Amino acid sequence: MNAHPPLFEVRDLRVAFGRNGTFAEAVRGISLHVDHGEVLGIVGESGSGKSVGMLAALGLQPEGARVSGSVRFKGRELVGLPRRDLRELRGSRIAMIFQDPLSSLNPVMTIGAQISEAVHLHNPDLSRRAVIDRARDLLALVAIPQPDRRLHQYPHEFSGGMRQRVMIAMAVANDPDLLIADEPTTALDVTVQAQIMDVLADLQARLKLGLVLITHDLGVLAGHADRVAVVYAGEVVEQAGVDDLFARPGHPYTRGLIASIPDMTAQKDRLFSIEGTPPALGRLPAGCAFNPRCVNAQEICRHQAPPTLRRGDHSAACHFAFAGTESAA
Amino acid sequence: MTTIPATRLTLPRWLNLPLVLGFFLVLFWLAATIAAPWMTGHAPLDMVGRRLQPPSWDHLLGTDALGRDVLSRTLHGARHSIPIAVTVVAFAVTIGACLGALAGFVGGIVDTVIMRLVDVTLSFPPMLLAMAVAASLGPGLENAAIAMVAVWWPIYARLMRAQVLEVREREHVEAAIASGATQTRVLTRHVLPLCWTPVLISATMDLGQVILLAASLSFIGLGATPPTPEWGSMIADGASQFYSWWVALGPGLAILTIVLGFNFIGDGLHDYFDPRSK
Repeated sequence: MNAHPPLFEVRDLRVAFGRNGTFAEAVRGISLHVDHGEVLGIVGESGSGKSVGMLAALGLQPEGARVSGSVRFKGRELVGLPRRDLRELRGSRIAMIFQDPLSSLNPVMTIGAQISEAVHLHNPDLSRRAVIDRARDLLALVAIPQPDRRLHQYPHEFSGGMRQRVMIAMAVANDPDLLIADEPTTALDVTVQAQIMDVLADLQARLKLGLVLITHDLGVLAGHADRVAVVYAGEVVEQAGVDDLFARPGHPYTRGLIASIPDMTAQKDRLFSIEGTPPALGRLPAGCAFNPRCVNAQEICRHQAPPTLRRGDHSAACHFAFAGTESAA
Repeated sequence: MTTIPATRLTLPRWLNLPLVLGFFLVLFWLAATIAAPWMTGHAPLDMVGRRLQPPSWDHLLGTDALGRDVLSRTLHGARHSIPIAVTVVAFAVTIGACLGALAGFVGGIVDTVIMRLVDVTLSFPPMLLAMAVAASLGPGLENAAIAMVAVWWPIYARLMRAQVLEVREREHVEAAIASGATQTRVLTRHVLPLCWTPVLISATMDLGQVILLAASLSFIGLGATPPTPEWGSMIADGASQFYSWWVALGPGLAILTIVLGFNFIGDGLHDYFDPRSK
């Protein structure tokens, strides 16, 4: 344990959606942390709770959702923080990038006006001139050519990749400490994905950002993340350094995900896929949430929720997480 | 050999037929509103000829039961109907859009209270409610205008609420909140600017409808008081002089053309803003 609190620490975060008094938990106790200048990848299937959890950590949960647990940013508790204080953090110290850059930009405002707004919101005393200068610099920062002309254009005049660059520019407008990128490349085509990841990685390194990279693409994480948290059915099932995770995955779900990455060198007819579908919200199986889909599920998996086993920085929530290696030790 | 197709004259997209037609109809009546005194040789309230004269060169639309020039009165009628319509729609849009936006954006109890009020108001037939309000306030165009605002605002409240509900779920709104924008800012900068189109279209069409309702109220004696040259009351005069058909013809045509004009513009705007509907 080091003396400084981590930049961003989530402990036992739970998000429940309710109707008529019955609540179903979409996020069931996620714990993770990000340090200054560190890239944490969060990977999981659609609906696994990875986005909802991160949004809720910033107080952006949907109306009627119940959030509990602890979210600390630089040692300051965010859960239960007054709306006003949260608002001041959002966009200044903690910024977000969303999945779909087209719908994330206001279609009736120019790009310049939108970037300027992001700057102005947290620097109300800055002059108009200074704000616009900053907006121009930001466009240049994310490698958009002719920023002067681009400032006066509307989102529909930008390509998908350009729009996501604009979103990134807006996100880093106030030199945040933490950037949460929610599937920043999912809506883009593959060649553009790589460019956007390069822009993001470059800025992360230059601005020493703590970055939370939410994705369902393990391949992206392999190249860009320092650590990875694997989320399944609202829980972190495995967390480890990126190399450790790929070399020695402890959880059968992680092993399944890694096995499903297409391999250019291997001659395989079919891609591996994990059987079955993730459990529906509020209809979790008894025992381990993953047991119906697990290839080596045992009797105990059907009755007893697995403990989180640790080996150094590597943790995995499986009864047999490090079984092979640990017995030897 | 390739033949190059003849270039067809392409009109700009805003130049569609209903819009142009409506524009000229409305333009004519706007001109009448401003320049009525200079467009005819007779004053609208003066008895300028013998009573119930059929159309002639001197009186193009004849004279009414008091010997007043019908054409002159019709043109002057625009000076009452159009300002009334604009005022009523302006107030109805302002009140309705504000309450509707509030209901949609804030939700909860505010939404419930506002929308039940809307439901109650809309459950009355509009003409009946307008009559009741106008009757309780007494005759006069100002009171008729108040009555019409009371009838009309709920329509805009509903329209605006539906728009706000749809727009506020869009991702750019969430992105704005995530970048630290205040509620007021989100509403005014990121929600409302995307909500105006249907309100604008509806308001244009309603200008015609309000003129019609104003005329209806005047027709039954709840709007303009004599001798105001108001179209509805002129038609009422014409109804009592049934065989002097020209008395009602002028104001009748006036109402027809202006309502048609505003409807055309509304239609044209609709086509312009939503090209899929073509």
